[in-house]
Amino acid sequence: MHIYKADQEPAVRSLGPENLLLKGATLKNTKKINGVAVYTGMETKMALNYQGKSQKRSAVEKSINAFLLVYLCILISKAVVCTTLKYVWQSKDGQDEPWYNQKTQKEKDTNMYVKMFTDFLSFMVLFNFIIPVSMYVTVEMQKFLGSFFITWDKDFFDPEIQEGALVNTSDLNEELGQVEYVFTDKTGTLTQNNMEFIECCIDGFQYRHRDELDGFTVTDGPVSKLQQKAGLEKEELFLRALCLCHTVQVKEDGAEETPGDQVDGVDGMFPQPEEERCFIASSPDEIALVKGAMRYGFTFLGLESKNMKIKNRQNDIEEYKLLHVLNFDPVRRRMSVIVQTKSGETLLFCKGADSSIFPRVKPEEVERIRLHVERNATEGYRTLCVAFKQLSAEEYAVADTGLREARLALQDREDKLMAIYNQVETGMSLIGATAVEDRLQEEAAETMEALQGAGIKVWVLTGDKMETAKSTCYACRLFQRGTELLELTVRTLEDGRTKREDKLLELLRDYHRRAVQDAPPVKAGVTRSWSTANQEYGFIIDGATLSLLMNPPRDADACLYRNLFLQICQNSTAVLCCRMAPLQKAQIVKMVKNSKGSPITLSIGDGANDVSMILEAHVGIGVKGKEGRQAVRNSDYAIPKLKHLKKLLLAHGHLYYVRIAHLVQYFFYKNLCFILPQFLYQFFCGYSQQPLYDAAYLTMYNICFTSMPILAYSLLEQHMAIEVLLDNATLYRQIAKNAMLRWRPFLYWTVLGIFQGLMFFFGVRFLFSNPALQDNGQVFGNWSYGTIVFTVLVFTVTLKLALDTRHWTWINHFVIWGSLAFYVFFSFFWGGIIWPFLKQQRLYFVFANMLSSVSAWLVIIILILLSLLPELLLVVLRKPRGPHSRQMKRRLPSSGTSTIFMLSQTASTHSFSWSD
Amino acid sequence: MAASYNAKEEDGHLSGSSGLGGTAIRTRKPDNTAFKQQRLPAWQPILTAGTVLPAFFVIGLIFIPIGIGLFVTSNNIKEIEIEYTGTETSSPCFNCSHNFSWNSTTPCKCVLSFFLDQPFESNVFMYYGLSNFYQNHRRYVKSRDDSQLNGDLNSLKDPSKECEPYRFNEKPIAPCGAIANSMFNDTLDLFYIDPNGTKNPIPLIKKGIAWWTDKHVKFRNPAGSNLTAVFRDTAKPVNWLKPVYELDTDSENNGFINEDFIVWMRTAALPTFRKLYRIIQKKNNMTPTLPRGNYTLEVTYNYPVRSFEGRKRMILSTISWMGGKNPFLGIAYITVGSICFFLGVVLLFIHHKYGNRNNSSDISN
Repeated sequence: MHIYKADQEPAVRSLGPENLLLKGATLKNTKKINGVAVYTGMETKMALNYQGKSQKRSAVEKSINAFLLVYLCILISKAVVCTTLKYVWQSKDGQDEPWYNQKTQKEKDTNMYVKMFTDFLSFMVLFNFIIPVSMYVTVEMQKFLGSFFITWDKDFFDPEIQEGALVNTSDLNEELGQVEYVFTDKTGTLTQNNMEFIECCIDGFQYRHRDELDGFTVTDGPVSKLQQKAGLEKEELFLRALCLCHTVQVKEDGAEETPGDQVDGVDGMFPQPEEERCFIASSPDEIALVKGAMRYGFTFLGLESKNMKIKNRQNDIEEYKLLHVLNFDPVRRRMSVIVQTKSGETLLFCKGADSSIFPRVKPEEVERIRLHVERNATEGYRTLCVAFKQLSAEEYAVADTGLREARLALQDREDKLMAIYNQVETGMSLIGATAVEDRLQEEAAETMEALQGAGIKVWVLTGDKMETAKSTCYACRLFQRGTELLELTVRTLEDGRTKREDKLLELLRDYHRRAVQDAPPVKAGVTRSWSTANQEYGFIIDGATLSLLMNPPRDADACLYRNLFLQICQNSTAVLCCRMAPLQKAQIVKMVKNSKGSPITLSIGDGANDVSMILEAHVGIGVKGKEGRQAVRNSDYAIPKLKHLKKLLLAHGHLYYVRIAHLVQYFFYKNLCFILPQFLYQFFCGYSQQPLYDAAYLTMYNICFTSMPILAYSLLEQHMAIEVLLDNATLYRQIAKNAMLRWRPFLYWTVLGIFQGLMFFFGVRFLFSNPALQDNGQVFGNWSYGTIVFTVLVFTVTLKLALDTRHWTWINHFVIWGSLAFYVFFSFFWGGIIWPFLKQQRLYFVFANMLSSVSAWLVIIILILLSLLPELLLVVLRKPRGPHSRQMKRRLPSSGTSTIFMLSQTASTHSFSWSD
Repeated sequence: MAASYNAKEEDGHLSGSSGLGGTAIRTRKPDNTAFKQQRLPAWQPILTAGTVLPAFFVIGLIFIPIGIGLFVTSNNIKEIEIEYTGTETSSPCFNCSHNFSWNSTTPCKCVLSFFLDQPFESNVFMYYGLSNFYQNHRRYVKSRDDSQLNGDLNSLKDPSKECEPYRFNEKPIAPCGAIANSMFNDTLDLFYIDPNGTKNPIPLIKKGIAWWTDKHVKFRNPAGSNLTAVFRDTAKPVNWLKPVYELDTDSENNGFINEDFIVWMRTAALPTFRKLYRIIQKKNNMTPTLPRGNYTLEVTYNYPVRSFEGRKRMILSTISWMGGKNPFLGIAYITVGSICFFLGVVLLFIHHKYGNRNNSSDISN
């Protein structure tokens, strides 16, 4: 590369973001380029994104920590009680050191306080099994293995992209069952991001494309219609504008001839099937527009060395020299091109959002078109306005130098460019507007309705304009006909008389009164009333107002504003935030996340602009959409389509939550009733830290005897069939607000554990009031005592789980009965051999002798039964609520206009309880 | 590998909207297996009042007869307890317990008389019972060396550390440890006083009182033809009157495999316990094993319990298929059975009533 050649004037070119080649870019049209590496190392996009990720913790983990604290307190108090009682007991004469049980010299020499401390520690060691260490292992295994079911689900497989769901983290499976707020992006998530040119408006006349098939032939319907309406001149100008004002590239298939040759070859003959032509662009809207223009006879053939070629209706090739592209940016919300025709005219074409175009064109032209634009917007189309301007040679010269200078500026290049852009894009004449439809995702409405039925509040956060977003919301049935809309937008604030801040407060107060104070108090979670008498509110806010709300001029008001806003939002069934910047999306999520009760939030989006909110929310879902992989990579879960969210939350989330909640409670319970007899035994053995169970049992209990059934349960349990969960979205409310891990269920499990522990210990204690339990008069010792208690314990906790299992696959059968069989087998084995490595053969034939005693059998049977009796009793007592729930279900269909709830009646074969 | 994978995806990002970019995408369609789709065939039991209520009745109907059977069986077991600690001055053993000294060479004997008002028909089992004796104290439980007791010669010479402070008494102690050291060594003899006043000793069998596996596998004498020679280099436990090889004259019941010793070595679960001492076999079907009448119990008082406020007693008991006398199981079964039955009735009533009301409300809907 020779930058400076002797015979050549050095040319100065600007290098800007448009010259940046991102990682993975492919080189085409040239063999090599020279480049400079920028943004390397920690400044790469990957590294920067990586930093943003923070550890996400699920609500279940927080509950576990709280429970753990309780159990830690129990552990410490047990140890303290035992230590204290030990010294009280020892103070009595002859108890501490009777003649038959002398201390060693070392023990005698130890300081009293040191002894007390070691005693305390010994008790801690003895009771430490109450802290379920193995639970952490099991929980991790459950999460890791359980997340495979999401990847494996064929319902999440999308044949279009040939991909299924993706799980990036397994820590949040259960959080999917706890979602209270869903923040969804609109474009690409609610909608397909598959733009289709619907209609255009040229000079105030509407052109609706009638039929796709014959659309592009020159002499056919739409064109003749066109001629009836607007002047041919204007029409062609508009179509040329569509063909020229974009950054679309034509994708060529390698071996084929260039487009130009093609056209030359077929000149005058039957038109080529140009629909097969492939376009590449950063925004799908542009492709839709180019394709739309193609249908009306103007085909964009490509850009060749600064020359744009288009084929007009007469199949002639028109060439334009591309002078400048004034790039699109979200602040200006418009883009322009400056082209030069063959005849030397310099033209500027500009397209952009109505709000950014209207102030820059002649007002009298606006009125005719504004009507169409607004109507299109309410129908849910994305609208763009197209304007043009003829530049005189002087004007162009000024613009040209301005642009060049600005591009070469090393400081404030952006601002300078912006100023020049604004300067150039003035005094244009409006030539028309386009309407592009962004189709709703498949089953978007059903999904949204199911989410709302599940008690989840759906917020739509979009960068689109309000009208478009609103109509999408209506289409998705987020807003219903009866929904009263509370708008808080720039338009409602624009009231000549008062200042915007005052008006904002006024409106907030008004909405607050309507939505919060007048409405009957909404009871939390499951108990939400389904009567249709309640007025439903929808709340709309736009980005500008939001930033005013978040950063009011007077700091003191910030808290008040925010509170009012949050309360209104919480009482609205759906909230729409439009004209949002990506950062604002994250702000909103953060605000809700940190509001009272710290609700669980879920963000779903497909684009890079959703990444911030995906990272901010408790659960981030990426849609494998058309806008690249950014969202998918930063998400916790990625699904191909929005519709999959329903199954992900209602079925997978619900099941995961129930599984892990049960797992956690069960673990605490089984360790409590494991260690309680050992604690009680201290009262009978002189507080001497004598373990009740053999060391093998102590270690094997959590590892072998009781671990597999609960793991199988926590992977396979379906307390309700997946179909039922999907059909009855309201079932999701049953587990809302961490319902299975609140203090009440925790207390229930704890009381159950204590009850069973007392049963185990004292049942055997009364049996041992006469230890002659064999029919040959021989007596049982302390290890027999422990073994009987342990046998009852293992059987009871396993059968308790069996009682809770609603879904018995062969794996459950295998694991549950297998564990019990293994316990029996192990006990025989362990007691059947004199183990050379053991110092004491404590359990030698203890288990076999136990089984030879009828009394031991009888006490084991009755204790198991008695321990499970409360559980059985509860089944009967809980039952009367069953019919009640069926009534509730029957009432549900009246609430919605859809048929989705109607299906639930026939599909639900299960009876389940509705807690109220 | 990972880098190239990422690069490919980034490529997809840049040309994101091309729509046709995916010719090389691998098919990643999940397998349609029952396991992966969480559709394994499953039995889905639903516990309802309909299934649980009959269970209550069945439990009640099974448990109550069992309970009655157990209760009757336990009540038919004859048992007599005679305390001979000698704490009260009126007790014949008061002198022995009061004047107890570890160094006395002459054994102190006391005689207690008692009257059986009912004959004991079948085999009678003789137990000794101790109270407030913490055989389950941790320090005590672990103070033994099972490999020594299993006849291991190394352990015989060098007992386990767990035996401290009963490990060495100049020579290694055999059997070592607190349990062995504190072996119960009262001798109990039973005499039947004929109506005409003659004192008939009752034959007490000392075999079959320990677990078979303990006697034959777990406990073994060290190898050697002569026990005295084998234990030559060991000391007797401090509190024993005679060494371990003089526990019995019968070589099958001497040394570590002495059954009294084995029974003692099985530590009791609770501080109040009984241990099998002797068996009185039934002679024939004609006469009861212990006929109604007067008996005397002769105690050779060697075992001090007063220092820790313990109690000693002798128990004579017959045995049934469920073991010794213990009304607990019978009462428990009767109680649980009755509760189940009662609950069944109450719940059936509630359920029936509620179900009716529910039906009517359904109809009105």
